[in-house]
Amino acid sequence: MTTDYIRVEHVTKRFGSFRAVDDADFGIRQGEFFSLLGPSGCGKTTLLRMIAGFEFPTEGEIYIDGQPVTGVPANKRPTNMVFQSYAIFPHLNVYDNIAYGLRKQRLPKAELDKRVQDALAMIKLSGFEDRKSDQMSGGQRQRIALARALVNRPKVLLLDEPLGALDKKLREQMQFELRQLQKTVGITFIFVTHDQEEALSLSDRIAVMQKGQVLQIASPRELYESPNCREVADFIGTMNFLKGLVKAIDGKTAVVDVEGLGLVNAPLPEDYSFAPVGAEVLVGARPEKLDVVRGAPHPGEKGVKGDIGACAYLGDRNHYQVTIEGLGHQLMVATEQGDRSTLASFSPGEQVTVSWGDNSLVLLPKT
Amino acid sequence: MIAGLAAPLIIMLLYSFWRQDGPNVDTTLTTFNYEYALTKYRPIFIRSLWISGLVTLATVLLAYPIAYYVAFHVKRYKFIWLILLTIPFWTSYLLRVFAWRIILAREGVVNGTLQGVGLIDEPINWLLFSDFAIVLTLAHAWAAFAILPIYVSLEKVDRTLLEAAADLGDGAVRSFWRVTFPLSLPGVISAITLVFVPTIGDYVTPDLVGGPRGGMIAKMVYNNFKASDWPLAAATAILSMVFVAFVAFFLIQAIRLSVRSVK
Repeated sequence: MTTDYIRVEHVTKRFGSFRAVDDADFGIRQGEFFSLLGPSGCGKTTLLRMIAGFEFPTEGEIYIDGQPVTGVPANKRPTNMVFQSYAIFPHLNVYDNIAYGLRKQRLPKAELDKRVQDALAMIKLSGFEDRKSDQMSGGQRQRIALARALVNRPKVLLLDEPLGALDKKLREQMQFELRQLQKTVGITFIFVTHDQEEALSLSDRIAVMQKGQVLQIASPRELYESPNCREVADFIGTMNFLKGLVKAIDGKTAVVDVEGLGLVNAPLPEDYSFAPVGAEVLVGARPEKLDVVRGAPHPGEKGVKGDIGACAYLGDRNHYQVTIEGLGHQLMVATEQGDRSTLASFSPGEQVTVSWGDNSLVLLPKT
Repeated sequence: MIAGLAAPLIIMLLYSFWRQDGPNVDTTLTTFNYEYALTKYRPIFIRSLWISGLVTLATVLLAYPIAYYVAFHVKRYKFIWLILLTIPFWTSYLLRVFAWRIILAREGVVNGTLQGVGLIDEPINWLLFSDFAIVLTLAHAWAAFAILPIYVSLEKVDRTLLEAAADLGDGAVRSFWRVTFPLSLPGVISAITLVFVPTIGDYVTPDLVGGPRGGMIAKMVYNNFKASDWPLAAATAILSMVFVAFVAFFLIQAIRLSVRSVK
């Protein structure tokens, strides 16, 4: 693909016999906010460090803006990084930290000063030039690290869990600022995180990784609505997984005999080679795409009878564990708490109907 | 405890303002000893400063690469390395000085070897009983006191900072001068203090491996003491203490300031 600004071509990184990154092969577009998402130890940081030039692939090639950079060390790459620990130089003040990369370029003094001042204004820290890093809060240090990287106008900005050390409120605010900033500067961001909500809210596209492998690369919506495997579906949000047997393929839907639910019509994913007639598959359903009702299911939907098990009140929604005959485990259903009456809520032991529409089901390969 | 430390100092201070009068001590307060020492011993003060300055420089310059190597390039058994580096200090200081005499003597190891392989015809005379011998012996003697503090400060340097420097465009040499060295400064300053302060007052080494005029300020204290002029000895000792404190202070400030200008 020629439109890719960054290409990671069949990159494998081995530490001894351990494969930290296993045959990663994808492209990143110019100006994109791209996230590497996965649990700790999945290889996302190693992959980022290979793009930065701190680690070098055992196999494969990396291209940035058409140039092969596979063996190029970090100081010669058009990338800059925001480190997880921010790595603010403790012996330099805020001004000199931000100016660090520019001083190498031997800019005229006025030009250097202007760029540092602009960067300070961008992160709203004008007037803090003379502070040392130990006089700055975590959020401020994070912004200094961001400015120090962006002031060099890199082709790619790499961010290694930059919001991990911040408390929840600040993190949400910084997510918003980060997104704004990326839109303003138009620089390609590669963002590493283990926080799926963070990845969903920030990214144009996300690569979900597990055990060194890239499982799926897609937009947040696509990842959530059409995961391509159980691992992705499980990592992004919550999902009920039910065993099923493909009975028939009918146009764009599969007729599946699902444990506990009986025959359902599930929409076929783009690649449904894993689901020929007679194949064992998984049918996934997000808790909030199901509903619990008294009596008949919603019009146009299917339903199955069950008993309410555990209930959890979460303020904006209720969670129910529903026991269904013929199903080995309980079904998790999340209902919105729309008004303040208690009419919509159910009590443990109550007999109810779980209602779902065909489109809320996802067909997944059996694992 | 404090009294035990302070009492001798106070007694010495008192003595320095008295005067030796034949076999007696005249206890009227006077600054005569100081005036005498400042004029008569000025060259030897300067010489002491020069020699221990050279020793300090040599020690730190030799210790830094060793400390750097252990901190950054030794991956395993760092502890063993540190023990090995301090092994020479398990033997007596005097023994080590005498060992250097054997190595550097006119018929010693160095001259013998050089003559043996035919590199020189005549033995080199300035190896022993010279300022060179003093600097070499002292630098070796105090090496561990420089290596260990520098090692500790280098070990504490956050490796991510070096990655950040590389990420911002610095090669290995530039990031050393801009990040590693400034951050290792506390160790360097400790090393300078630990080497400079004791060597300026060293008595044994200049006496054993220095030339006939190799004596340093401690030798004057000793001579006066031996000549039973305790007040002059006390004044000389106090002067050298004040002198060392001042020089060390200004040296350290100068280094601090020069490194602060590194950006």
